[in-house]
Amino acid sequence: MPSENQEFKREMLAALPSLRAFAMSLIGRHDRADDLVQDTIMKAWAKQDHFQIGTNMKAWLFTILRNELYSQMRKRGREVQDSDGHLTEALAHHPEQYGSLDLQDFRRALDQLPPDQREAIILVGASGFSYEEAATICGCALGTIKSRVNRARQRLQEILQVQGENDYGPDETSAPITSRAFVS
Amino acid sequence: MGANPKSDDPNAQIATKLKALYQSVQEEAIPARFLELLERLEAAEQRTVRQGKE
Repeated sequence: MPSENQEFKREMLAALPSLRAFAMSLIGRHDRADDLVQDTIMKAWAKQDHFQIGTNMKAWLFTILRNELYSQMRKRGREVQDSDGHLTEALAHHPEQYGSLDLQDFRRALDQLPPDQREAIILVGASGFSYEEAATICGCALGTIKSRVNRARQRLQEILQVQGENDYGPDETSAPITSRAFVS
Repeated sequence: MGANPKSDDPNAQIATKLKALYQSVQEEAIPARFLELLERLEAAEQRTVRQGKE
């Protein structure tokens, strides 16, 4: 069916900007994020018979992308254990990608989150999915998504508060301690 | 920078920054590599369909 085919392609194109934003928010590097988007397009194209026109293309593509990301991370094995260090180092080389200093700080804070919390807060807080949709995309329970989002928010607050204090306040060693004291 | 963090809801600040970061990428034009990739995938599929009909 050529018309159904064109519809599939059209919907896929429409979802690409948010798919790229999702990948970029998860990974933090344009080149790696776009490679992941490319893998996702290929996978989705091969599986297009499984997609029903009229259902949520964006959620379907997001599911494929995050599954692909985690399967690639598992394949890389050892590299994954250092993924945080990797990301931080990568970001240090690309600070100009984010306009304001404020957003650069936020980007670094986001990268310090565990991957499951980062993914949860992005899906709910930026991609515009409901908690239910995010739970389906991540293949976990609704309550799990809610607690991941809450923990992500708390952690981001802690990190950003410490960063703010470092601008004029305690040194790097004492800042985490003082900030924790404020939170509790 | 002079704003007192306590005067603003930190959760609202986080939400705003997260959206700003996300939208900065979302608003970019779709890179040509993806448009070309979709063209290639579509062309390959049409060839297969035509071959199937022969």
